[in-house]
Amino acid sequence: MNIVDMTATQLAAAIRAGKTTAVEATEAVLAQIEKEDKKYNCYVTVDADGAFTQAKKVQERIEAGELTGPLAGVPVAVKDNICTEGLLTTCSSKILHNFVPTYTAEAVLNLQKAGAVILGKTNMDEFAMGSTTETSAYGPTKNPRNTEHVPGGSSGGSAAAVAAGECIYAIGSDTGGSIRQPASYCGVVGMKPTYGTVSRYGLIAYGSSLDQIGPLTKDVTDCAAVLEALASHDLKDSTSVSREDTDFTAALAEDVKGLRIGIPNDYLGEGLDDEVRAAVLRAADVLENKGAVVERFDLSLVEYAIPAYYTIAAAEASSNLERFDGIKYGYRTEEYAGLHNMYKKSRSEGFGEEVKRRIMLGSFVLSSGYYDAYYLKALKVKALIKKAFDAAFAKYDLILGPVAPTTAPKLGESLADPIKMYLGDIYTIAVNLAGLPGISVPCGQDSKGLPIGLQLIGDCFQEKKLLRAAYTYEQNE
Amino acid sequence: MSKQYETVIGLEVHVELATKTKIFCGCSTAFGAKPNTQTCPVCTGMPGSLPVLNKQVLEYAIAVGLATNCEITRYAKFDRKNYFYPDNPQNYQISQLYLPICRNGGVEIETEQGGKKTVGIHEIHMEEDAGKLIHDEWEDCSLVDYNRSGVPLIEIVSEPDMRSAEEVIAYLEKLRLLIQYLGASDCKLQEGSMRADVNLSVREAGAEKFGTRTEMKNLNSFRAITRAIEGEAERQIDLIEAGESVVQETRRWDDAKGESYAMRSKEDAQDYRYFPDPDLTPVNVSGEMLEEIRAKQPEFRTEKMARYREEFDIPDYDIEIITGEKALADLFEATVALGAQPKKVSNWIMGETLRLMKERETDASDLRFSPENLAKLIALTDTKQINSSVAKEVFEAMFEENVDPEQYVEEKGLKTVNDEGALKKTIEEVIAANPQSVEDYRNGKEKAIGFLVGQTMKAMKGKADPGAVNRMLKELL
Repeated sequence: MNIVDMTATQLAAAIRAGKTTAVEATEAVLAQIEKEDKKYNCYVTVDADGAFTQAKKVQERIEAGELTGPLAGVPVAVKDNICTEGLLTTCSSKILHNFVPTYTAEAVLNLQKAGAVILGKTNMDEFAMGSTTETSAYGPTKNPRNTEHVPGGSSGGSAAAVAAGECIYAIGSDTGGSIRQPASYCGVVGMKPTYGTVSRYGLIAYGSSLDQIGPLTKDVTDCAAVLEALASHDLKDSTSVSREDTDFTAALAEDVKGLRIGIPNDYLGEGLDDEVRAAVLRAADVLENKGAVVERFDLSLVEYAIPAYYTIAAAEASSNLERFDGIKYGYRTEEYAGLHNMYKKSRSEGFGEEVKRRIMLGSFVLSSGYYDAYYLKALKVKALIKKAFDAAFAKYDLILGPVAPTTAPKLGESLADPIKMYLGDIYTIAVNLAGLPGISVPCGQDSKGLPIGLQLIGDCFQEKKLLRAAYTYEQNE
Repeated sequence: MSKQYETVIGLEVHVELATKTKIFCGCSTAFGAKPNTQTCPVCTGMPGSLPVLNKQVLEYAIAVGLATNCEITRYAKFDRKNYFYPDNPQNYQISQLYLPICRNGGVEIETEQGGKKTVGIHEIHMEEDAGKLIHDEWEDCSLVDYNRSGVPLIEIVSEPDMRSAEEVIAYLEKLRLLIQYLGASDCKLQEGSMRADVNLSVREAGAEKFGTRTEMKNLNSFRAITRAIEGEAERQIDLIEAGESVVQETRRWDDAKGESYAMRSKEDAQDYRYFPDPDLTPVNVSGEMLEEIRAKQPEFRTEKMARYREEFDIPDYDIEIITGEKALADLFEATVALGAQPKKVSNWIMGETLRLMKERETDASDLRFSPENLAKLIALTDTKQINSSVAKEVFEAMFEENVDPEQYVEEKGLKTVNDEGALKKTIEEVIAANPQSVEDYRNGKEKAIGFLVGQTMKAMKGKADPGAVNRMLKELL
């Protein structure tokens, strides 16, 4: 088997068995990047030298018996909004075109502890704002399944790199669907963990109360292994949660007998593509055949998730992105008259359209006189949505539905109509508002050959149930 | 001035807390380090960094709240105050607006008329300090030092309950002592660890409505505060008398010129777009924690004064001075606890200590000598091993370098010579060398003996007991 076609678990086993080495694996993946990335533009930065240095060290530690896990020696791609010491981290924005972090994100440190080899940084929608990876200042990423189509976003570079064999697995971040939706569009597995499971320390914030780092992998087994490595209680992140049950690979069993699965009618209604609906319902049948109890139900409040999300995420983003001012690092305008003019020009020139749109939206909803009407109301809606999920999880172990209403749109179709693009997040966003875990698993393709994703949503801290159901589906697809 | 006016004053007092580390990271708060050496990704606002609350800050804030009779908020939150300025690396300050840690308190002060009144405290909130901007006139550029960025502050907001500069000073003194006694801050106005902004308005005596107020900043001493209050009240009265109106604005006091000038008016006021910081979890103050802090509250000044009157036979005036500085009271008690006689300890503090403090411009909190050494010094004089002028010399050395008085006396050979033979020999020499004085004495001029004692002390290099010299001289004459 070709190295670039292997899963992380397979590759690590081959390295442990001495059939290949971390260095050979790194060489193979870098060769694939060299060959393919001109077509897809998955990466903002490829760190070949750094990858080889890491691979050599990791190989020594594997041979010394110090590294025995399922990720040891396996090359990984990291989304470009996750800080890596000494390695350019741009958030796909012009404003951070020269930003080299002085420290490494906790999630990346955790991967390194597991023996990961960092290949480079993947393209994304600028500051994770977008659903297509077209808002990147470094050009769009293209869908490896069909280069006329977008890979989804915002973690589009990570999803496409996994699909194109330009990495063995990748990590991304998910604020409103940014891991699950590109995973769905590119035909890979993507998971957003329960809020607080993976440290956000070193993740350049978009919507702090919604952001979570998670895996993008070739299969469910890798997803469990990567999540197991990523998860940790980090005292540097006040929102990090201490969990005992992070041995996620233990959940990889074909067993859904008696598992209660609810399909929200709200997730099958207007706007959903027929082929996507059919594929998702077929997937539900597979699980039912394996012994799950599948039912339809009304989740309610689904239509309020999008306005609540765009209010809260934009509000937080407007504040989170204030630090990008051209003073300490990043882009500074050439000519200016005084401090405030420098701020204005640097930020006007350094940020792209979509980012500026959300900063303005967020600044507006927080401004005096509008705070109660928009921001506070959105927080109330968020609380109600959480309640609706609580009620659902009193009846069901899992919720099943589509990831996105359609398969990947064509390049250039989405940005012209941002509202339509925002509405595309309808099935993923509520998961972030409620802090829940969600996974996207490939469930076939449409007539154009574009992948379709199945979404499974669990109650907080129920990743194991998700992984078990996803694994069962994957094995019996 | 035809009408009678009343001045109405409220204060916003910022107090820098005496924690070893900053409010949201582990960096040192020590004063005077090289620029930007006490910084990390958190307090320089690097992308991806996250704040974690220093628990000591919370405990100090609660302790100050309890000491000022506030209600403690059991579910408090931090909010972001958004504004762009280079000393503020994130371009937002983490502070508290909606749910501050303490509310509705007050302290009792003595008025000029000798009565008592309560100054209400509206709230106390926790926040982070900003960095320091340094403008380089030569290079025509500005530099920023982030060592102070993230140093913990509490802001104590009073009600508009004060009516004169004297009341303001009494209130500030009261706060300073309470906070010093708690050990929560050294409260030095000159060094900026205590800063007061004065909100002031005037109204016709008897009027019910408040006048338009101004806020005065940059007040670095009690003297500046007094002058600024008097100046601003006068300025406002002059405006009203001239038929003009007071503009609500922030003014900056220039102590060198003895006048203030407008910094910004209300119309220029920024919209800070406060909202709860999503990076910090709400602060839950448990009943247990509250009780623990309550139990640790120290003996405050009023109680201490009463106890001193009861326990120690020292004048009221001494008690007032000694308890007026926490460091002096600590020194006094520790020295007495080592067995020194209270009156003698008090004399050393009231005399030489205060004299040298004034001469060297030393704060009580910066005194270097230990209670052990003061106790030793007192013992040396008690046992007549040194005389009082030698003791003063030794004390000065202690004040400078905390020398061990026993060792110092030994090394410098300052012990009183109690060898009768040597003394007798010296006196005989002095008598022989000063026949005129000897004759004067014998002729009944009592004063002449003083000269002979002086000559003997001089010959003995000050190391004799003057009483013994006097006695022996009389015998020999």
